[in-house]
Amino acid sequence: MLVIEKLRKNFGTRCAVKDISFSVGKGETVGLLGPNGAGKTTTIAMICGIAKADAGRVTLDGAAITPESRALKQRVGLVPQDLALYEELSAWANIELFGGLYGITGALLEQRGTAALQLVGLADRRREAIRNFSGGMKRRVNIACALLHDPDLIVLDEPTVGVDPQSRNAIFENIEILKRQGKTLIYTTHYMEEAERLCDRLVIMDRGEIVANDTIAGLYAQLPVRRDAVIELSGDGANDALIQELAARFGKQFQVQQRGAKLDDVFMRLTGHALRDASDTGESP
Amino acid sequence: MNGNAIAALIRNDIRLYLSDRRAMVVGILVPILIAAFFGYVFGGLGSKKEAGRIPVAVVDEDQSVISRAIVQDLQQDSTLSLQPLARAAAADKVRAGAIDAAVILPSGFGAQSTRALFTGENKSVIELLVDPSKATSAQVVQGLLAQHAMQQISKEAFGGATGARTMDGFLGTLGEPRAGESADRTELRDLLRSVRRWNSHNAAGTANPGTGTANNSAGAGLSIPYTVSSRDMTARNNVPYNGYAHSFAGMSVQFILFAGIDAGVLLLLLRGRGIWQRIRSAPMHKSQFLFARATATMLISLFMLTAVYAVAMLVFGVRIDGSLPGFIAIAIAFCLLNACFGLMLATLGKSAPTARGLATMAVLLLVMLGGAWVPSFVFPGWLQQLSRLSPARWAVDGFDGMTWRGLPFDAAVMPTVVLLGSALLCLAIAIWRFRWEE
Repeated sequence: MLVIEKLRKNFGTRCAVKDISFSVGKGETVGLLGPNGAGKTTTIAMICGIAKADAGRVTLDGAAITPESRALKQRVGLVPQDLALYEELSAWANIELFGGLYGITGALLEQRGTAALQLVGLADRRREAIRNFSGGMKRRVNIACALLHDPDLIVLDEPTVGVDPQSRNAIFENIEILKRQGKTLIYTTHYMEEAERLCDRLVIMDRGEIVANDTIAGLYAQLPVRRDAVIELSGDGANDALIQELAARFGKQFQVQQRGAKLDDVFMRLTGHALRDASDTGESP
Repeated sequence: MNGNAIAALIRNDIRLYLSDRRAMVVGILVPILIAAFFGYVFGGLGSKKEAGRIPVAVVDEDQSVISRAIVQDLQQDSTLSLQPLARAAAADKVRAGAIDAAVILPSGFGAQSTRALFTGENKSVIELLVDPSKATSAQVVQGLLAQHAMQQISKEAFGGATGARTMDGFLGTLGEPRAGESADRTELRDLLRSVRRWNSHNAAGTANPGTGTANNSAGAGLSIPYTVSSRDMTARNNVPYNGYAHSFAGMSVQFILFAGIDAGVLLLLLRGRGIWQRIRSAPMHKSQFLFARATATMLISLFMLTAVYAVAMLVFGVRIDGSLPGFIAIAIAFCLLNACFGLMLATLGKSAPTARGLATMAVLLLVMLGGAWVPSFVFPGWLQQLSRLSPARWAVDGFDGMTWRGLPFDAAVMPTVVLLGSALLCLAIAIWRFRWEE
């Protein structure tokens, strides 16, 4: 459905996105991951027709998306990382504006706006000003506003930033509903557990390049099997042979607590531990 | 063209404007208050009874019949607020700015001025102490002083005791007629004797021998030999001048331009927000976005103008005595200019605070040059010519023309064309400089 071919974007002399290529199948949810300044937001801007690529192209069902391709933009919904809402206005006034931008008015707007607010659980708060909403509620309205024109492809740029666990879970459930509806999703996040829960496949970027593009299982396979053991000596009894042996060897009673490898480990292995600044990598602000 | 998107953006901008009720009320109330103040100061509803009197001191060091009469005349003059003072006190008050001027009638003024009336020599010197910041007041005082002094001096010269003594002195100097004296000397003696006889008749209250009626004219002294009937050339139906009409035009123009700045700054602020990304990801061309922004700002400006003029008409008696279509044409052209000015500002500004500061300075300069604060006719000639480059001047003059001047539609054409031309220039710059991408 969505194909990105050798996409490049420069900001002055800095290259923010370096000839990246990947594709997203219909109904697939692809996570776009990377440290700060990896080029995720710039890539999203080109996918949504906000920014023009310096080289390469983005195609949706074979047609190139550019800032001028208005028909294709009608098929893409963007949930920006920053809250894209007028906080002085009510939830419904925002729905009316962003629906209107896509030509959705009248009865159709009423139907889709109500459905979108119902999806995010805010249909009964439609007349309230956004400024009175909690951070989580604002994030949910932010998602609702991207759904009004019933897009085939929905791009969610860190939609759970700054929300509490309950609101995050509610947003996950909203996204899972969209997945079940067959929508194609691109999801960027810094939280590995979100990617693990929601995404079918992950594209990991670093310094403007793709460093991994695989399913979650495939990514795990890249890690050597490893198990860390944290051994705490305590007064409790234990019957495991190893523990017995260790107990015999150490002459004391102790307890073993184990944990498996996590996606965080894969991510850190691929992108390293060094801190990143946007200015180092050419990422647009 | 995506009409729904444009309508949605326009509706949204108007909603945003209406959502901040306090800002909206302040935006309308402030120009009304300032216009009411300036309108009152510059003539109000045309009544002259409220006009301020000029505070002046008089120092009568002569205490003669003439000087006392002049002081009395000045006290009765409705233009002045006169207070008799000693010289030092008067000087201190002028220096402190408590009064605009002080008139000092020196000792010997009465006798000296009566004599100088005939001889033109040894004129008495009246000192006029002036606050340099009130030069116009000083000129008014000088004119009134000349009027009252001439009247009292001539009255005393031709009918009073001082005048009689002066003439007796002259006649004594001339002596009796002698053979061979010059014709001028003879004629002067005859003139002075005739005047003395005339004065004697008047003093005795005799009837005018020529007319048989009581003669009071000689006792009145010389007065200005004409009266002036002034008429305000305002609307075609000759309604009185309403000072509020000009001040409301000026303040409307100024504060609507400020609203244009706000619209531009809001657009600048929008650039850094997620809303900007979402709008840019929508299927609309930048020209549609600019059109929607301009239309919304124009409608908001028209609303403000209508609200301000509604109060001006209902409370302050401002009337559109000229062409109503002309007024509407100028109003639409000006509000369109304001919208395009806001767009231009948003495309030229690098940051919101800098853009706001520079634009505020530019607007204040434009409206002051445009005569919004004080009428442009008080400017020097070169500045009046320069002020014609300011669209604010055309707007203010246009509104003046359609209100208190009562001019026909023809007079609205040129201001409308200039305002529309300025709007197109701002729009062209805005389109040229506008960038979707950050």
